Amino acid sequence: MTDHDHSRTFQADHPEPTTDAARVGLALRELLIEAGHYTADEEQTVIAAMQGASPENGAKIVARAWTDAAYKERLIENGGEALREAGFDIAPYEFTVMENTDDIHNVIVCTLCSCYPRSLLGMSPAWYKSSSYRSRVVREPRKVLAEFGVKLNDDVDVRVHDSTAELRYMVLPQRPAGTDDWSEEKLAALVTRDSLIGTQRDLQT
Amino acid sequence: MTAPKFKAGQRVRIIDRTPPVHHRVPSYAKGQVGVIERVCGVHGEPEKFIRGDGKPAQRLYRVRIPQTELWDAYDGTESDLLEIEIFEHWLEPAQ
Repeated sequence: MTDHDHSRTFQADHPEPTTDAARVGLALRELLIEAGHYTADEEQTVIAAMQGASPENGAKIVARAWTDAAYKERLIENGGEALREAGFDIAPYEFTVMENTDDIHNVIVCTLCSCYPRSLLGMSPAWYKSSSYRSRVVREPRKVLAEFGVKLNDDVDVRVHDSTAELRYMVLPQRPAGTDDWSEEKLAALVTRDSLIGTQRDLQT
Repeated sequence: MTAPKFKAGQRVRIIDRTPPVHHRVPSYAKGQVGVIERVCGVHGEPEKFIRGDGKPAQRLYRVRIPQTELWDAYDGTESDLLEIEIFEHWLEPAQ
């Protein structure tokens, strides 16, 4: 692949497309660029920004909410504003934070496609995009959660949030016991990607 | 944009229809009755986009539906919930 032209692939380190669907996608992209809807450079900038996003961003938000009650209140009241306050932005989407408590467990899904706060948390996991997760977690959330290792008693309510339109969600997991004197940085290191989606409940210290 | 047609706590029915265009209402939610959980912002809704008519601004809501009302033989508690985003033109008042 010595004549490999980076402007002709989605991402420089991706192989050439081998399926019809991938070729159609590539052709569409070339037409859009040719017609001037956006440039290859702009596309690279967006890809780089998304690759720079990761669950660590969400973990920082969670740790701040755990250590600053007023911030947590703002985060739940108006997620977008609280996010900007912390230096992040997922506009034009609304950012919505659902707090886990002793009595409530939240889990996020997009049944129609695979909406996810990508520009904050990076790419979603493969299972989040699977038709199995998307169709089952709305219908039998407790069973799906148990498969992820989250066993809920009947005294905990499950709330499934179907991200069908313009809101993007993050779960605020519970702060583990015995971390009272921990720094924000140390707390953030406890937060996992799955706990931000709701397929993990208890964080390990 | 006009004021929201519905307010938090109000009972609504998600209209059961299937326009032959991309729309953001999954079939399991169509015809279901729920309660407005919160009034969200105004966003472009995508149904006219395919005809080149852009994305008209529409009020968005979150609707809360008990899981036991959504699914036959639901395996969970009476207070388990499903919450979903629905554009205003998909909602009508319910008893």
